[in-house]
Amino acid sequence: MSDQVKVSITVNGRLTSAEIEARTLLVQYLRDHLGLTATNIGCDTSSCGACTVHMNGEAVKSCTVLAVQSDGESVTTVEGLAIGDEMHPMQQAFRANHGLQCGYCTPGMVMAAISLLNDNPNPTEEEVRLGLEGNLCRCTGYHNIVQSVLACAKGE
Amino acid sequence: MFPAPFEYKRAASAAEAISLITEYGDEAKFLAGGHSLLPLMKLRLAQPTVLVDIGRVGDLSYIRDAGDHIAIGALTRHKDVESSPVLRQHAPLLADATAHVGDRQVRHRGTIGGSIAHSDAASDIPATVLALGATMVITGANGSREVPASQFFTGFLESALLADEMLTEIRVPKMGDAKWSFIKFNRRAQDWAIVGVAAWRRGNDCGVGLVNMGSTPILATSVATAISGGASVADAAALAASEAEPQSDNNASAEYRSYLATVLVRRALESA
Repeated sequence: MSDQVKVSITVNGRLTSAEIEARTLLVQYLRDHLGLTATNIGCDTSSCGACTVHMNGEAVKSCTVLAVQSDGESVTTVEGLAIGDEMHPMQQAFRANHGLQCGYCTPGMVMAAISLLNDNPNPTEEEVRLGLEGNLCRCTGYHNIVQSVLACAKGE
Repeated sequence: MFPAPFEYKRAASAAEAISLITEYGDEAKFLAGGHSLLPLMKLRLAQPTVLVDIGRVGDLSYIRDAGDHIAIGALTRHKDVESSPVLRQHAPLLADATAHVGDRQVRHRGTIGGSIAHSDAASDIPATVLALGATMVITGANGSREVPASQFFTGFLESALLADEMLTEIRVPKMGDAKWSFIKFNRRAQDWAIVGVAAWRRGNDCGVGLVNMGSTPILATSVATAISGGASVADAAALAASEAEPQSDNNASAEYRSYLATVLVRRALESA
């Protein structure tokens, strides 16, 4: 029995490929095989959202996706957001609005927030809170996170 | 955490998927979005030795108006169900219930067929298709068969699906002008329902499905019988737990769940 698979995944615009165990999770592929350690593992049970990345532009929890399920697809992590030295507007909004405390949830929170605004560019505060229900902040810093997302939506 | 090792097979079509599951039998499991199966595998509650990945079987992702019902391909993602104009018009109860599943990230990956095949009584979709009187289309090596939702959920995480069969389509009757309500009672965002209710009503006809009120999703037939006999909503809702066998757990006792079901069914039917 062979449990090895070959995958080719475009990550942050760069084509990567590797021979890996089929059971390798996408988050392990990103962190352990590619060294992209900004994406955190929190609960490891698809509850907390710390591992949120984009797959083909949509937010997914990379602890609950096999790397081989991303074979041939395009994945973006928080490392892939900035253009040169210029941070993504959502990153800037989190910085300007103190949208982070310890920072552990931040990479997943930013990726989830960008995905939310892609679907709903002008959300109400309630829609932001509901839209981020899959991301937990153990510092309970939700207020400023929500303000950051609203500020980004308004282009502030 | 990572799953125990398994052999990975990718199916390009429904026919290839059924051929693979027939070849590997009980040792194999279908992998769709993976949002029920992978958590179980990471916790070692499931250890299939072969995974047949059906996530790319594109011909099973569709939502079609089929006259008296809407046909939904089993691999249609929750996101596409909740945002479907066809379902918002003809089966809004299903679209709304689907918007309560997990969170946005989960709904980007999870599929309607995966949720139904997993047959978790605590999940929102099984009770909803039960309330709506949906029909499951099951395909095996020798063709397809149709199983009504009322006969599909047979036990705790068990369904009418045989080891070499695949759920391929869900047929949801059009709701017409029926009023409806989906209520999910939980204490934290994104949690499973402590009790959930999917209900619709048209005159004296109604359907009520209960989430997390037993080892299977529950069809509250006593409520429907009472409404059709002209009972008041309050009197009918008092019968909500008649068919249920709720469990006690960290979130609620069985007694609390039974009482909660009567309250939520009353609220659901009052707003339906």
